[in-house]
Amino acid sequence: MPATKADIIAQLRRDIFPLQGLKSTLGTTAVDVGLGPLRYAFPNSSFPLGAIHEFCFDRIEHATASCGFIAGVLSTLMRQGGASLWISSSRKIFPPALKSFGIEPDKIIFLDLQKQRDVLWAMEEALKCEGLTTVVGETKELNFTVSRRLQLAVEQSRVTGFILYNTQGCPNTTASVSRWKITPLASELPNDMPGVGFPRWNVELLKIRNGKPGSWELEWSEGGFRHISRISSIKLEQRKKTG
Amino acid sequence: MCKRFVSIWFRYLKTDWFVRRQNFLDNTPFVLASPDHGRMIITAANAIAQAQGINEGMVVADARVIIPSLTVLDDKPNLSNKLLTGLAEWCIRYTPVVAVDLPNGLILEATGCAHLWSGEKDYLKTITARLKDIGYNSRAAIADTIGTAWAIARYGQDSLIIGNGMQSAALLSCPSAALRLEADIIERFDKLGLRHIRDFIGIPRSALRRRFGPEFLRKLDLALGHEEEIIHPVHPIEPYHERLPCLEPIITATGIEIALQRLLESLSHRLQKEQKGIRVAILKCYRIDGKMEKIEINTSRATHNARHLFKLFEIKLPTIEPALGIELFTLEALKVEDVSPLQEKLWEKTCGLENSELSQLLDRLAGKIGSAHIHRYLPDEHYWPERSIKLASSIGEKGTTTWRIDRPRPLQLLYNPEPIEVTAPIPDYPPMLFRHKGKLHKVIKADGPERIEQEWWLQEGQHRDYYYVEDEEGCRYWLFRSGHYTDDKSYRWFIHGFFP
Repeated sequence: MPATKADIIAQLRRDIFPLQGLKSTLGTTAVDVGLGPLRYAFPNSSFPLGAIHEFCFDRIEHATASCGFIAGVLSTLMRQGGASLWISSSRKIFPPALKSFGIEPDKIIFLDLQKQRDVLWAMEEALKCEGLTTVVGETKELNFTVSRRLQLAVEQSRVTGFILYNTQGCPNTTASVSRWKITPLASELPNDMPGVGFPRWNVELLKIRNGKPGSWELEWSEGGFRHISRISSIKLEQRKKTG
Repeated sequence: MCKRFVSIWFRYLKTDWFVRRQNFLDNTPFVLASPDHGRMIITAANAIAQAQGINEGMVVADARVIIPSLTVLDDKPNLSNKLLTGLAEWCIRYTPVVAVDLPNGLILEATGCAHLWSGEKDYLKTITARLKDIGYNSRAAIADTIGTAWAIARYGQDSLIIGNGMQSAALLSCPSAALRLEADIIERFDKLGLRHIRDFIGIPRSALRRRFGPEFLRKLDLALGHEEEIIHPVHPIEPYHERLPCLEPIITATGIEIALQRLLESLSHRLQKEQKGIRVAILKCYRIDGKMEKIEINTSRATHNARHLFKLFEIKLPTIEPALGIELFTLEALKVEDVSPLQEKLWEKTCGLENSELSQLLDRLAGKIGSAHIHRYLPDEHYWPERSIKLASSIGEKGTTTWRIDRPRPLQLLYNPEPIEVTAPIPDYPPMLFRHKGKLHKVIKADGPERIEQEWWLQEGQHRDYYYVEDEEGCRYWLFRSGHYTDDKSYRWFIHGFFP
């Protein structure tokens, strides 16, 4: 039976992805990290595992939002009982708060290092270790060489790496698979009830290899991400303007 | 198998050391002296001085009569012990069991060692020649018992090698002092005219015991081998211990790595057989200049995996300075624990904290950066935020309580709360405005207060009223007021954390 055009294209796409360093994990089913409509932005419609994702921020509030987003993704990845490493030179993460993102805080090992060089060395070593699920690293800066080394390390071990770094202006060119920018948004409670609602973020996917960058609004509620449709947010803005 | 012991006698131990340090003393008569009852008593004299009749125990003034140009140096307390311990460590290249024999000797257990130097003759020759190179005059003898070796090294007339079971024949011609006796017993023998061992060895034991006491008979038995003598080696031998002597001194990093690999292979092979694993191991490198370099590793879980252990050592290998070369490597397992054979599921990989690759990674990280930088937290039963977590002591430790999520807690907590300026309506409303690091935040939404009291049995101080606030940009903060509103304004506002 002659293959249809669509089949040929799908086959070609499957052939091209491994050549670009995007190997689908053999024998494991793709993990749905619960990002909802965001998955259409990713190649193969699944969150790239075994890759380096970088999150840039310029204020501590944005760093916290990024940590929250990472924690949400981690919770699904760690659901099978995996362990993670959190490497940082100036850590502020408060472990009990991770529990509200569905992570067992005692499954995370924190590495607090003084020197930037040690942080990068530890990250590379950790990313080579197949016994870990994910590695989160907070660095002061990230350049192309470092990101290339880290990306090469994960391509061997299939560990997923998250790097948080302060851009201080424009970010460098890096070899990471994706670049995210998470900024907090005002929370909302139904029926205009008083008080602070669930954490809500503007998730910007600035760069994604073989995917489509975009921008979404997400909320973390009831143990999962919830996508806020743009229309409702526009409405909100209008409501704000009209008072 | 018959035991063999080497006794080394350093005739001029202390003076040789002074000559080593100050070369000009080589050809001059000099003595070491220390004050005693207001006089200077000679504690050691070099060969030239001794040839002129100056001996230990003389007064310096008397010695000056014999040699007016005599150089007198101050003796150092505890010098011989220090020197002998150093020499004993140096001698570990010849045998693992070396003991210090105060005041001026060393005892080596050479059982099964001499053949590596092609026989006992060459063994003794190598030791004395190498000691001579360093600058020490020594005499070494080998025999079945420590007592005989000691006697022959000091008083032996002809051969320094006493064959198996030949102790009594060799001792006959030695003076009574060769039996390591007390000074008063030797004096008594001299008075009786029993100057050599052959004079009294035939006397019945009961008569000897009556006249000279049981201690004398014990010394005689020790020398003849009727009783075994126990020595205390400078380094007690670890039960799990491997040695690798090298024909040529090793100077290159590759050479050290090969040596380490060989040691690890043989040690881990043995440990594997006995189902043991290393927790603490130490690699010692004995250099030809007499110094020792060592590196130590710790593992978080007992292991006999040679490749993993090598990786742990590898991080620290660059700290070894081979200098002129390393001639002996020893690997000791200081702490050994039982390991259960690993049974890993082939079809399913566990990725939890029990994963062996993770523990290997943590060992490597701890080896390079120190285990003080690796933290894991467990919940603790305190409301005070800083005390609500505690450090886990080991990777396997389980928490005694569960993590609480009934109250909002910030994802990022400041180690020290930072003071902020606040405008807030009293009595208990959340702030309307606050200024942090010069930036003004307008509070739109807020939750709280959540009052957390000080635990008075742990710390005195004021309570905190926490507010969970959101500003006009949507950023969320954790603020608190410390203390009550009072007229004297003792309350203060702080920012303590950031919510995602």
